[in-house]
Amino acid sequence: METARKIIPIRPEPGANLPAEQRAAVLAALQAHRERQGALLPVLHAVQDALGYVPREAVPLIAHELNLSRAEVHGVISFYHHFRSEKSGRHVIYLCRAEACQANGCARLEAHAKKRLGIDYRQTTADGAWTLEPVYCLGNCACGPSLMIDTTLYARVTPERFDAVLREHASGEAAA
Amino acid sequence: MNAIKVYVPRDATALALGAESVARAIAQQAQARGAPVQLVRNGSRGMFWLEPLVEVATDNGRLGYGPVCVTDVPSLFEADFLHGGAHRLALGRTEEIAYLKRQERLCFARVGVTDPLDLDDYLAHGGYRGLQRALDMKPAEIVQTVTDSGLRGRGGAAFPAGIKWKTVLEAPLSPTGPGRGGARKYIVCNADEGDSGTFSDRMLMEGDPFLLIEGMTIAALAVGADQGYIYLRSEYPHAWRALNRAIATAYERHYLGANLLGSGKRFDLEARLGAGAYICGEETSLLESLEGKRGQIRYKPPLPAVKGLFGQPTVVNNVITFASVPVILERGAKFYQDYGMGRSRGTLPLQLAGNIRHGGLVEKAFGLSLRELIYDYGGGTASGRPVRAVQVGGPLGAYLPEAQFDTPLDYEAFAKIGAMLGHGGVVVFDDTVDMAAQARFAMEFCAVESCGKCTPCRIGSVRGVEVLDRIRAGVDRERNLALLRDLCETMTHASLCAMGGLTPNPVLSALNHFPEDFAARRASAA
Repeated sequence: METARKIIPIRPEPGANLPAEQRAAVLAALQAHRERQGALLPVLHAVQDALGYVPREAVPLIAHELNLSRAEVHGVISFYHHFRSEKSGRHVIYLCRAEACQANGCARLEAHAKKRLGIDYRQTTADGAWTLEPVYCLGNCACGPSLMIDTTLYARVTPERFDAVLREHASGEAAA
Repeated sequence: MNAIKVYVPRDATALALGAESVARAIAQQAQARGAPVQLVRNGSRGMFWLEPLVEVATDNGRLGYGPVCVTDVPSLFEADFLHGGAHRLALGRTEEIAYLKRQERLCFARVGVTDPLDLDDYLAHGGYRGLQRALDMKPAEIVQTVTDSGLRGRGGAAFPAGIKWKTVLEAPLSPTGPGRGGARKYIVCNADEGDSGTFSDRMLMEGDPFLLIEGMTIAALAVGADQGYIYLRSEYPHAWRALNRAIATAYERHYLGANLLGSGKRFDLEARLGAGAYICGEETSLLESLEGKRGQIRYKPPLPAVKGLFGQPTVVNNVITFASVPVILERGAKFYQDYGMGRSRGTLPLQLAGNIRHGGLVEKAFGLSLRELIYDYGGGTASGRPVRAVQVGGPLGAYLPEAQFDTPLDYEAFAKIGAMLGHGGVVVFDDTVDMAAQARFAMEFCAVESCGKCTPCRIGSVRGVEVLDRIRAGVDRERNLALLRDLCETMTHASLCAMGGLTPNPVLSALNHFPEDFAARRASAA
């Protein structure tokens, strides 16, 4: 006797552990980019732009929707320095440590920044304000040392200027 | 009364130096004083020590003022800079500034001159004449013109562009499968400008994005491709905005899309963002990344020209290579070929970076000496101390001592001294540099950025850092130096791509030219 074939459901359902709003953001990213060729990077960018990071629980959902394995998605997230699986601070400081900035003393800036923030690279301050990331070249090589806060670029950043830039941001945040 | 045009750059470096607040202050002052000003946000002229460089269009040409700080703006108005009034920041006619006047700008002819996002301004300055010519030519004729011009890939490898294009033109399409895209050829622009000390791609994309679009469109006509991608590094948010806006405008005006200028030919173009991986500047790794995978390099052969993006024949060229093409089509192969020396034809946009007084962009025909570039253009170090070492060609390029500064900037001349021109980045260091620390950084950088596919690069770089740490600490120095050379030989000959294969360049050049820095006395320097 024949019975109707039933699709065996995936348990737990991919992305079931994601909070509702994160799930919505991931689905929106998928919706916007899934039809593009090689969609995974555009999807991950959209997720990170919306949430500030790519939550681990989003991996099964992205994999399922793009017909990839979870290993493939995890592999891509972990390969690229830009993608992060942990929540970042409210602002990310990308500090250039490549040769052109070295020639202008970025080692001193680097030491100052770590001391001032009390964190190392890839860490976030306890108050959740700042994440510090190393970066290798911001294309501002004639006016180093350089750093970028989120998408705002700063040139000739001495330790003094670093403190001033941080203060500006803090007061801007307080005003907003 | 007509509004007076005032130019304030929107280039990322100019912005980093305060151009945005200067632009805002000029607009405010103009309004308060009832002065009719039309602000134009141009690219940068590439003289970064003068940025923010404000220019005013007068009857006497464009007059420059710089570097302008936001607090200078009221005094500029008081000095009547709108009519070329005298001011301590006045520079006279911008194009008469020696740094700019002595250049031979073919690629960068419009950068800093026009409004980068105004297609009509682009057309008014000779834009799209190359494409017009190409539309009347057969694909093989376009390829032949590029071959005859002698243009070589400007990304660093200097492979003849015409030969690459000919391979793609003649390559058959591959069968397609699920998730592989259609059976079509691709044009891919490598805009993953990761080399420290280079910013010409960024300046061009921000300062004249239509030129890149035009160059890629000509390439598409030449090889029969209908889809293009610009792979841009994620560290360039300003270029990302400029490219997307320029692409949208080009679509609106039929310079992209289904019916290029009514010719019935199709070319679609999309900008894609990388995600912070230096290795994705390597072309096969870039293709993997575009396909949505980890940016691990592929074995070659097959070449991307035969089996590239989604397995299809693909032209992969650097931004400057594509940007050199329109002028070749417009003025002819001979015109371009007449610039340069030996087998290096045309011009190269050089980038003066690091500890340099007059940092910026210098586009010159091949053949200028490194010394002329560093001293005559660059004016020596910014710190005022003697130049000790110069790294040319990015993090995989050799460190050169003073004794080699007379080397002409030419691919073959650099290869002869074991160095490379690469993408034209020149990073200057003064005499406070610790060359053993630079050698260690080269290995460290390779360890951070290695894609991990081959052992010499993945493991060799980590071991390289350890060996250099021992040398710098004075542990078993002679034996460790021998070990370092042995390791470098393995990396050079056994790595799959240029990342592991060229990392020994900076390491060995530092060791060979500056052995005194590797002596144990430096042990205390961390």
